[in-house]
Amino acid sequence: MATSTRTRGPRVSYRAPAPLGGRPVAAGHQTRVAVLFMAPALVILLAFVAWPMLSALRLSFTDASGFGAETWVGLANYVRIFTDHKILATLGSTALYTVMFTPVALVGALALALLLTNRSLIGRNVFRTALFVPFIVSLAVAAFAWSYLLDPQIGLLTYWLRGLGLHVGNVLQDPTWAMPTVVLVAVWKNIGFYMVIFIAGLQEIPEALYEAAKLDGAGALRRFWNVTLPQLSSTLTFVVVFAMIAALQAFDQIYVMTSGGPYRSTQTVVMEIYQEGFKKLDLGMATALSYVLLLATLILSLVQLRFFGKREKDVA
Amino acid sequence: MSAITSPQRRFARLQPGRTASRWLVLAAVSVLTLLVLLPVLVIVFTAFKPTAEINAFPPTLLPGSWTLANFGRIFTDLPFARLCLNSFVFAGGVTAFALVFDSLAAYALARLDFRGNKVLLVAIVASLMIPFQATLIPVYQLVANLGWVNTFAGMIVPRAADAFGIFFLRQFFVSLPRDLDSAARIDGASELRIFRSIVLPNAVPALMTLAIFTFVNNWNDLLWPLVFTTTPEMGTITSGLTLLTGPSGIVPYGTMMAGSLIAVLPLAVLFLIMQRRFIESVATTGLK
Repeated sequence: MATSTRTRGPRVSYRAPAPLGGRPVAAGHQTRVAVLFMAPALVILLAFVAWPMLSALRLSFTDASGFGAETWVGLANYVRIFTDHKILATLGSTALYTVMFTPVALVGALALALLLTNRSLIGRNVFRTALFVPFIVSLAVAAFAWSYLLDPQIGLLTYWLRGLGLHVGNVLQDPTWAMPTVVLVAVWKNIGFYMVIFIAGLQEIPEALYEAAKLDGAGALRRFWNVTLPQLSSTLTFVVVFAMIAALQAFDQIYVMTSGGPYRSTQTVVMEIYQEGFKKLDLGMATALSYVLLLATLILSLVQLRFFGKREKDVA
Repeated sequence: MSAITSPQRRFARLQPGRTASRWLVLAAVSVLTLLVLLPVLVIVFTAFKPTAEINAFPPTLLPGSWTLANFGRIFTDLPFARLCLNSFVFAGGVTAFALVFDSLAAYALARLDFRGNKVLLVAIVASLMIPFQATLIPVYQLVANLGWVNTFAGMIVPRAADAFGIFFLRQFFVSLPRDLDSAARIDGASELRIFRSIVLPNAVPALMTLAIFTFVNNWNDLLWPLVFTTTPEMGTITSGLTLLTGPSGIVPYGTMMAGSLIAVLPLAVLFLIMQRRFIESVATTGLK
């Protein structure tokens, strides 16, 4: 057990020769070295993560604008978030985005992973690599390409879809279709990434389990349900939580493709934080929204931690 | 080309009855893959298309005639050479600092015995859950108070260390055998020496993974440069390209795709050279 005198006591000189007998150096020495090693990272994290967290909390109870005096307004900003129709709609849009993005990305990525671990498919590695490519393309840059593809007049995808009898109009200007479109772009960007994680998870499943299930006469569907899914549960949880957190932070392609429109139908929380904080200079509102985002992320992360904690105990 | 090779590679079981369905699956996967690559192909081909063809109906994927005019325009419509430099300095700077500071901190957490080790580790893991968007406004205020808005310092310093990198490297350092450094310690080697000549050389794969993650994330980031730069000359390629959309809402697609192609190129080269490492390192993020 550490005592408070341990670090304050007479220090072993930095260059002192190590004691014989294999015991590492005296603890006092290691504390000093540890402080030196940790200092740069700790200073950065304290200044740019810890302090801003507290500062954001304080700002969220004020009407700060970044200039002049700020008044303490209590819970007014939080009350507004849950009563103002515009802001409530922002929370709704973010929830809708998350609810659309997560299952589509998850099921799509899992399906691709299953297909591309099937040994009878030729060129699996080529497909894996190709499907991973969107992950390295900036979402903002990809959003330009998607806007062009979906242009109502000269868009290639619009034209091809018309050829198939699907008369798509200006999807990005349509309050019904703008949201599914920006979600599609996010799915496109991330599906290869989640697929790779699933493939790694699938390869961890012992082949013997499948052999045993086959001997018991289990068909492909049953093997998927009773072997693959339970064995993959930790990977699944990871991807679900990861995808949901990513969805809560949606910004880039929305900023490029719709700017939150039409009629704020794609206005997500981070879009709103950006606009309230850096355009309208309503820092109180922006930081209160930040805390709502933070809380949602925290809850998701804790669910994940709890799940993993439980699993580790089960294994132990 | 190879990405992940399955550890238990087996003989493909030949089942004649299934041949037809196998080809069907192959065809479906091929079409899907081409569709997924479509936006990337559109960037590449449109960048070389003359404006008249870009605005023509019906649209085509391939250019009828190839031109470099769009690349000329991107350098006159935007301070594009400067934007490329900024992207490199920003993403490269963040990566360099984060690797040094994260690995130093990770070494202390993984290999040194000191009071508060566990508490610090828990605090760092907890701060992993904080999205940067949630602290953006106070961070901006801090950067503004330091007089760093619209400077490289303002863009790089707040990201010069990050909880993910520290935690990731700490997990790797913990897994390295301790025999070598205790031997070195008995010989009187300083911790810095053990760190530099024993731990770091054995951690190259983990360091590379972190470097790739950090560089790609920052190179591609939009919100960060949008917030911390105020003049077009200090933006990155990603934030600079958003300026091309004029107030009329008319998008010069050719110029934009030429810029996009240049934005994607360094990462594409990186990816081609190290695709195995790239994909494998991503795969490990999901494994416990």
